[in-house]
Amino acid sequence: MKIKYFAWVRERIGVAEEDITLPDDVETAGDLIRHLKARGDGYAWALAQDKFVRVAADQKHVTHGVSIRGASEVAIFPPMTGG
Amino acid sequence: MPSPSALAKLRIAVLPERLDANDWLATMETDPDTGAVASFLGICRADGGTLQALELEHYPGMAEAEMSRIAEEARRRWPITSILAVHRTGMVNVGEPIVLVAATSSHRAAAFDAVRFVMDFLKTDAPFWKREHLANGTVGEWVEANTKDDAARDRWTADGG
Repeated sequence: MKIKYFAWVRERIGVAEEDITLPDDVETAGDLIRHLKARGDGYAWALAQDKFVRVAADQKHVTHGVSIRGASEVAIFPPMTGG
Repeated sequence: MPSPSALAKLRIAVLPERLDANDWLATMETDPDTGAVASFLGICRADGGTLQALELEHYPGMAEAEMSRIAEEARRRWPITSILAVHRTGMVNVGEPIVLVAATSSHRAAAFDAVRFVMDFLKTDAPFWKREHLANGTVGEWVEANTKDDAARDRWTADGG
């Protein structure tokens, strides 16, 4: 699965995007965040406030309880500050 | 006369360079029943002289899709005849525009409401992020999301829009 990161989530993790093969027990957006947090210090730092970060599956906002299985692209980013 | 493509009723753009509000507003569709053009222009402010510029990052593809979705929703809610949303990315210096939203309608209320609605949702739902560049030449912090923005958005659902 292609995963993209933006703003300070991207900076803390250290890459803008990557391809990750997910284990079977990763079903929801929240599962993905928990899985990524265990990948290293940068991930743990970026995702420390895990309830706070936002997730989009195939470029649509999803809440953490929503399944991301089958999405071709998932993005993780801070609350938005445009406008 | 504007070209036919400039007469599209819903236009969205993400611009990596200068946003000229007058140029964009000049392309707004009007017809004999148009009685109102309302617009909002958001500008990078100096924040008491501490800020030199804002650097805007966006999620290409999703930013445009969310702006379209929000503008479509405005078009569904109010009898507007056209709507425009334009947002900058990259470096925006103090005094330069960041975002322009405009709508046309027969009467002013629909155009005013549609513009405000699009701005309120754009703030919280369109994937853009601002980072500060300070007047002292250093790179500042990422701007934190403001709970007032969530409240402004939620007002549209809490009172039934």
